[in-house]
Amino acid sequence: MANIPSARWTPASARAKKTLLSAWRLFAEVVLAGVLIVLAGFAGCASESPIAPGAQPQSFPREQVTKGAELAHLGNCLGCHTAQGGKPYAGGTPIKTPFGTIYGTNITPDADTGIGRWPLEAFTRALREGLDREGRHLYPAFPYDHFTKLTDEDIAALYAFLMTREPVRQENRTDKVPIPRAFVGVWKSRYFTPGAYQPDTARGAEWNRGAYLVQGLGHCGACHTPRNKLGAEEKNAAFAGGEVEGWHAPALNGSSPSPVPWTADALQSYLRRGIADLHAQSAGPMQEVTHDLSHASDEALRAIATYVVSLDTRGEDERRRHADAALERARKVKAMQGNAIYDGACADCHNRGRAEEGGALELPLGTALTVPTPRNLAYIIRDGIVPPEGERGPWMPAFAGMLTDGQLTDLLNYLRALSGEPAWPDVAREVRNITRGDQ
Amino acid sequence: MNRREFIATGGALIVSFALPAWGQKLPGALDKEPMLDAWLRVAADGRITVFTGKAELGQGIKTAILQIAAEQLAVDLNAVELVTADTARTPNEGYTAGSNSMKDSGTAILHAAAQAREILIAEAARRLGAPAETLTAARGEIRTREGKRISYGALVQNELLHVRAAPQSKLTAARKYMGKPVQRVDIPAKVTGGVAYVHDLRLPDMVHARVVRPPSYGAKLKSIEVEPVAKMAGVIKIVRDGSFLAVIAAREWTAVQSMRALRAQAKWEETAKLPRDIYATLPRLQSQDTVIAGAETQVPQGARILEAEYRRPYQLHGAIGPACAVARYENGALTLWTHSQGVYPLRGAIAELMSLAPERVHCIHMEGSGCYGHNAADDVAADAALIARSLPGKPVRVQWMREDEHAWEPFGAAMIGKTRATLDASGNVSGWQYDVWSNTHSTRPAGKAGELAAARLVEKPFQPSPPRPIPQPEGGGDRNAIPLYKFPARVTHHFIPEMPVRVSALRALGGYMNVFSIESFVDELAAVAKADPVEFRLRHLDDPRGRDVIRLAAERFGWDTYKKQNGRGRGFAFARYKNLAAYCALAMEVEVEREKGDLRVLRVVAAVDSGEAVNPDGIRNQIEGGILQSLSWSTFEAVMYNDTRITSRDWGTYPILRFSHVPQQLEVHVIDRPGEHFLGTGEAAQGPAAGALANALAHATGVRVRELPFSPRRLRQVLAA
Amino acid sequence: MKLDVNGRLHEVDADPATPLLYVLREDLKLNGAKFGCGLGQCGACTVLADGEAIFSCLTPISVLQGRRITTVEGLGTVEKPGPMQRAFIDRQAAQCGYCIPGMMMRAQALLEKKPAASEAEIREALQPNLCRCGTHMRIVHAAVRAGELMRGKS
Repeated sequence: MANIPSARWTPASARAKKTLLSAWRLFAEVVLAGVLIVLAGFAGCASESPIAPGAQPQSFPREQVTKGAELAHLGNCLGCHTAQGGKPYAGGTPIKTPFGTIYGTNITPDADTGIGRWPLEAFTRALREGLDREGRHLYPAFPYDHFTKLTDEDIAALYAFLMTREPVRQENRTDKVPIPRAFVGVWKSRYFTPGAYQPDTARGAEWNRGAYLVQGLGHCGACHTPRNKLGAEEKNAAFAGGEVEGWHAPALNGSSPSPVPWTADALQSYLRRGIADLHAQSAGPMQEVTHDLSHASDEALRAIATYVVSLDTRGEDERRRHADAALERARKVKAMQGNAIYDGACADCHNRGRAEEGGALELPLGTALTVPTPRNLAYIIRDGIVPPEGERGPWMPAFAGMLTDGQLTDLLNYLRALSGEPAWPDVAREVRNITRGDQ
Repeated sequence: MNRREFIATGGALIVSFALPAWGQKLPGALDKEPMLDAWLRVAADGRITVFTGKAELGQGIKTAILQIAAEQLAVDLNAVELVTADTARTPNEGYTAGSNSMKDSGTAILHAAAQAREILIAEAARRLGAPAETLTAARGEIRTREGKRISYGALVQNELLHVRAAPQSKLTAARKYMGKPVQRVDIPAKVTGGVAYVHDLRLPDMVHARVVRPPSYGAKLKSIEVEPVAKMAGVIKIVRDGSFLAVIAAREWTAVQSMRALRAQAKWEETAKLPRDIYATLPRLQSQDTVIAGAETQVPQGARILEAEYRRPYQLHGAIGPACAVARYENGALTLWTHSQGVYPLRGAIAELMSLAPERVHCIHMEGSGCYGHNAADDVAADAALIARSLPGKPVRVQWMREDEHAWEPFGAAMIGKTRATLDASGNVSGWQYDVWSNTHSTRPAGKAGELAAARLVEKPFQPSPPRPIPQPEGGGDRNAIPLYKFPARVTHHFIPEMPVRVSALRALGGYMNVFSIESFVDELAAVAKADPVEFRLRHLDDPRGRDVIRLAAERFGWDTYKKQNGRGRGFAFARYKNLAAYCALAMEVEVEREKGDLRVLRVVAAVDSGEAVNPDGIRNQIEGGILQSLSWSTFEAVMYNDTRITSRDWGTYPILRFSHVPQQLEVHVIDRPGEHFLGTGEAAQGPAAGALANALAHATGVRVRELPFSPRRLRQVLAA
Repeated sequence: MKLDVNGRLHEVDADPATPLLYVLREDLKLNGAKFGCGLGQCGACTVLADGEAIFSCLTPISVLQGRRITTVEGLGTVEKPGPMQRAFIDRQAAQCGYCIPGMMMRAQALLEKKPAASEAEIREALQPNLCRCGTHMRIVHAAVRAGELMRGKS
């Protein structure tokens, strides 16, 4: 009977970064198989022309830098460009893929190792076209398929912000990906559509602002949209749920698994504080995102919430039926006794509900029970949900070490049944994988 | 049998020594309790018992007192039994607070034990017919030069030690225990699972209770359906008295669960209105203003006037173990095992609450989790007393839950300090003005029930006493408000009686905030004067012992050879606690990471002068602890609340220091001054640590932050862009 | 049900949903594990289950059947303190001491797996546990010392 390994007592921000892991795995399968066949055809897509180094240091208006700071939070730039324990924006973040490991780059204004000599033009081209200053293709782990939508003004503000960070001399680590960047050129020609955000004139300003932020800088679809075999987002299934760091990023559209459908108010609160009435608190990779968003303006969060809620196209009646059913299940669970582990380890908080002092969400309201995989729930039970150090937040304790694989499997099956959804297939195998692979 | 009865039945009073003249000041707490045998007794079999009215709070007082007693009585350390705070056995020494234990009790026992040794030698001289000066005391015996010996036990007949203390007694020159890093006597039990805390007390037939605390200050219990909970298996009784609601169960876990069930049933009427912005609210409340220094001093109208405002939020004591007490009510008398800091004052308060004569209440101190001032220890004792009364004969153990402790303990008060000063042409401070706004720093239940949380909930509630400031020279909100530096200073204490939030004594009281303000501002002035912060302090300080700790801390830190690195900075601060206790100076180096707002202390070097150092390692332990606790307060801590309720209810909503933010190095250098008075140490470091942190932060970032805490969120805001 | 605590099997008559902490303190009369928060935030209740550090305040006894539970009492006695206890006494690593048994158990879990753990690793391992007196430096030094004692260094 193997125990779950000890919790890595680390805030979400210190965990492995968004890896687009499964996307890369598919990418690997397909691309490797076809490598020899298509190799010749790729020769022409090697690179674009370099942009000459710019002068530095530069100075920027304070308001522009402040605006850039908010944008950097909205884009969660720190996430992929800061290694655990490393200097901010200095890169070195390992991103594991089936090909090997690629590393987040140094985007501090250091002249030699960072982007200090990148003129605005080069920075803009990187975001809009996925090319570095030398003109080489960037791997699509850098979500330029979203950033391409940014306005000149926002790009300039981000640039001003980054160029006024503390320069850190830290060489970029060499990506361990034995696939020439030329392949990326082919991939881009098929899946990447450059171009600024086009407002929907049928919608209001707030909605359009939200759509711009969500589709662009926020790159929400990078996690919440499923990807095809070549790792590109499936445009016709936008926001239908995706995978990130071993977690399932729930659907935001009409197939949203949230037991109580989101409202704009609830979502705005969630984005600001990582928690909202009648919804689970943010966990896993999303915890870092909501932490970043806690610095965004009300205006931006309201716009994002408005747009995201509009993606759920179900009618009001259907949404209400969903909510009522979930609340009814939650009410029943409070009165129920059924599983010794739940009764002993979970019920003391979760049967009280958030309305009670010190109580936690009734679990039938939790999205981790309704998503298609038990992994989210298993991670939450193992590692807990702990606020970043020194920050305030709701606290779910880590149960690592307490439960055997068998006990965790039992508990996951029991909790899934509370959600009213059909049983997860082969929970025991998932638990074994998690215990062994640590993800 | 209590002490007085013991004396009354002990036979004829024989007073061997002349009484000192009445009104002559006796050392330490002897002045309040002058009879030697109140402090120590020798039994016929030679066993020695020492009594202190002070309590062990984890500060190591038991060990230090044993060292003193054993040294002066010339016996082995383990030959002495120590009895601490107990209303039936020990002197009434009020509260174990204010870093006064060594000054009060330590000094009393030092002189009492020394005098007892002299008495024993004199008695031996009489019996043995040898001149006293030829006799020596060792290992519980008096010996002549010829090797004749007589044991202490044989000498103490007839109330030999029932005498008044002499103002002068000859202290031994021996240093077998005093001045040595003797190991703490309480640690072995604590690391092996011995009975170490009141939490560990198990009495026959003991039952467990939990209290359903209201959701907010002043909330009234409107209705409660108790039946479903009363019927739960293992529930013994539900206790209700007005809005005081508790449940007794046979097992502790049942008590917890039934309390939760009861809480879910309770309907409350909430009326509390908490201020949204306390720093805007405090100055608007009516204050009693007292100029405590430099009434004639005016800040001269110079060219260079500097002004600044500093702020400190409400902060928690935050004991790791929530408050606990055990009570037994039997035949109209109450026995209470408590970790209160003051068993005698608590006895009075409980007596009033229960309408009992104080003699019918027996309070026995047992250790609790560290308290750091007036926390919930007294409140839980009152809870236990009320609950035990409803179940006579059974010992009732009550422990608060984490959320009770966070929301209901009395916090350290929010404060505002405003400074204003001028520099003369040569860069010296030519005038200084300091104004501090604060609530009281003591709402201890000093014999009055009204300060106990439960007493305000019962059917016939007790009213709290009107809050009063603690007078100088100790001071409360104005503790350490008068700078020790030599420049002319006018200091005004704006005492605010109205308390929007429950507050009381938190370690160092106002001294934490005032030293933070003063030492921050001194650095700000030094920067304007383009002076080195250490040199600037020395320039303005005459006190030689203050100068010594400053120089020692600076030297051991390597202040003069420090090289600033990017993102790092150094800071210095100094204070003498209460301007009359221990001196403490410290230097530290920090590293600041702007994007995350992360402030980490890399290295701290402190120098401390506690007068004669009875236990140098105990002093180091206290100073280390004071520094780290202050770093926690100053980096992370602020109580949060909404319009009605306290919302900091656990360690997630009130984060404190964890190991990742513990400095890599921390040194404490003790200046020992044998023969000098003992100077209280337990609260000497908190103020200087906050000041040095603020100064190091400013040095590292170029940004002066004047509002505590320097939390990641605040630093991100002030350091952004 | 039966619980294996400090190498002895104990028959315990308690609801299987009862958190281990209450059974240790009330039924087995062991003082080492302490109630701190009941929320897994402070670590005062930390004990070992099959060598893993767990929060005993959150672990129902029902999941512990057949597992080896160790509390600070299982590390030695006042008369014969074990290496971890000796190290904490040597380094005088306590003020009030309430958090200390939890600290010792978490350090024990690390050192049993990795006897030569570095000071940095010890600090990282102790991150879930809170101390309020500010004894952190001594706790770290004591745990380092315990590692030395376990490795036979005197």
